[in-house]
Amino acid sequence: MKTRKMDAEHEDRYDMRLSGSGGQGLVFAGTILTEALGIYEGKNVSQTQSYGPEARGGASRSDIVFSSGDIYYPKALKLDLLLALTQEACDTYYLNLKDDGLLLIDSDLVDQPPAREVIGLPFTRTARENLGTPVVANIIALGVIVSLTKIVSKESLIEAIKSKSPKAMLDLNLRAAELGFDLARKEKRSRKKTQPARI
Amino acid sequence: MEQNKKARILQGNEACAEGALVAGANFFAGYPITPSTEIAEYLARNLPRRGGKFIQMEDEIASIAAVIGASIAGAKAMTATSGPGFSLMQENIGYAYMAEVPCVIVDVQRGGPSTGLPTKVSQSDTMQARWGTHGDYHAIALAPSSVRECFGLTIRAFNLAEKYRTPVILLMDEVLGHMREKVILPEPDEIKVFNRMKPTVPPEWYQHFEINPHFVSPMASFGEGYRYNITGLTHDPLGFPTSRPEEIEAKLNKLEKKITSNVNDIVRVEEEFMEDATIAVFAYGIVARAARQAIRMAQHKRIRVGLIQPLTIWPFPDIYMEQMSEQLEAIIVAELNQGQLLGEVMRTNCGKTKVYGLNRFDGDILTPEQIFAKIREVR
Repeated sequence: MKTRKMDAEHEDRYDMRLSGSGGQGLVFAGTILTEALGIYEGKNVSQTQSYGPEARGGASRSDIVFSSGDIYYPKALKLDLLLALTQEACDTYYLNLKDDGLLLIDSDLVDQPPAREVIGLPFTRTARENLGTPVVANIIALGVIVSLTKIVSKESLIEAIKSKSPKAMLDLNLRAAELGFDLARKEKRSRKKTQPARI
Repeated sequence: MEQNKKARILQGNEACAEGALVAGANFFAGYPITPSTEIAEYLARNLPRRGGKFIQMEDEIASIAAVIGASIAGAKAMTATSGPGFSLMQENIGYAYMAEVPCVIVDVQRGGPSTGLPTKVSQSDTMQARWGTHGDYHAIALAPSSVRECFGLTIRAFNLAEKYRTPVILLMDEVLGHMREKVILPEPDEIKVFNRMKPTVPPEWYQHFEINPHFVSPMASFGEGYRYNITGLTHDPLGFPTSRPEEIEAKLNKLEKKITSNVNDIVRVEEEFMEDATIAVFAYGIVARAARQAIRMAQHKRIRVGLIQPLTIWPFPDIYMEQMSEQLEAIIVAELNQGQLLGEVMRTNCGKTKVYGLNRFDGDILTPEQIFAKIREVR
C-alpha cells in the first residue's frame, strides 16, 4: 500500500475502523487484528469499541490504532482504512477517511457507495455461499484487509485467529480467512487488468 | 514472526481484575452491569482457581455488604459496578468508612443520570465518588487513563485500602474499561503489596478502633480470637455506640486525619511539559489521553502548554494545584461531564489563574482537536 507520512509529532499512527451493525462480529474481528498487531507483530496497539445497548442490530464499530511509538489518543482519528458492512456505517464514517485512505465495503450490503475510490467485495455472500453461514463475513474481511494492506503478515493473522477463536469456530474461521486471501488476490488481479499502466 | 511472550492484549476491565488478583484479592461480590461486567467475568473464572471466592449477589446493596463482611473476616475484597449500582452502594460505602473496613469499589463510569447510557462513556460520577455517601466523609478515589494504569492503580487501591483501613474507589470509564491495549505487566515479585496491620497485643488489650498517633489502628479479623463490636453508629475505641461528645469528636477526627495527614502518600499527579508551561490542561482518566495528543499539537505550534493528570482525584491534589497556580496563566479543565472538577480547580487556585471548563457529555470522549481548539482559544 501507500507509504504513510509521518505527522508533526513524528508519530507513525495507522488508524482504522471496522463498522457495521451489532452481530456482524466487528468487535471480535478487531480483537483478532489487535492481537495480530500487538503480540505477533510487536506493534503498540489500542482497540476501542462503540456499540448500543441492543444485543443485535444498532450501529457497532471497532477502532484500531497502531504505531511503533506511543499511542496517546486511543480512538481512531483520520482513517487510513474504513471497513463498512452497512450503508449507514459507510455514510456515517467515509468522511473521516484520509484522502488516500482505503474504503472497503460489502458490495451487497452497501449499494450506494460514495463517489470516491472504493473496493467493494461480497464478504457476506461469500461466507454464506462457501461456508454456509454469514457469521464469518468478518473473518473474510480480515483476510482481505491483511492481503491488501500488509499491516500484519498472513501468518500473524492466522496465529491470532487460532489464539482468539472459540474451539467450535476455529476451523470455520481459518477457512474464512483463506477465502478472504483468495478474494483479495482476485481483486488485485482484476485491478491490474482494468487499470491503465502508469506512464 | 516475532512473538513477545510477556506482552498481552488486555481490556481495561481485564487489567483491573488482573491487578486485583496480583494485589491478593480473594473475594469478589458483585452484580453485573455494563460497562463493568468483564471485571466480574474475569474474576468469576480466575478467583475460584486460586482458592478465592466469587459471588454474584442479588443486587449492588448486597454486593457491597458482602464485600464488607468478607473484609472483616480477613479477605481482600472488591466489587465492581457502574453509576446506577454505585448509587445503590453509597450507604454501605459510608458504613465501610465508619467501621474502617478496607475494600475496593470499582466504578466503570457510564452516562447518567439514572439508567442513562449503558454503553457510552462519561465521567459524571466524579463528585459521587467524593460526596455520594452521607455525613462528613473523606474519600480516596484513583483514576487510571490506560490499560496499564488500570492494572497498577487497582493494586494501589488495594494497598491504600489496607494501609488506611478505608474503602477506596477506582474510577474508570466505559472507553477505558472496554479498550484493549498491549501491555507488558510486571512480574509479581516486582510489585509491592501491602496488607493490613495486625494487632500485636493480647486479645484482652485489643481495641479495634484504637485512637493512636497514626490514626490507623491494627485490624484483627473475626474468628482470630479478638472480640470487638462493629456498628455504623458512631462508636468508641471498642466499637460500641457512644454519645459522649469527646468520643464522637475523636472518632470523626481520626477518620479525617488518617486521610488528610497522609495526602503526600495518597495523592499522585502525573504531569507532562509542565516545566515551562503557562497553560495547563487538567484532565483525568481517558480524557488525559486526548489531552496528551492535544498538547503535542499545541507544542508543535509553539504554545507552552502542559498536562496535569491526577491519578488520585480524591483527596484532590490541593497542594500541587496551589503551587501550579503561581506559574500558570490559564487552566483548562477537560471533563466528560457538565463541570465537576472545574469547581475544585477554581477553589485551589483562589482566583490566581483563569480557569476554563471544557465539557463534553454526549456519550463520546473529547477529541484532541477539541482540546487543541480550546487551548488556542484561551492563550
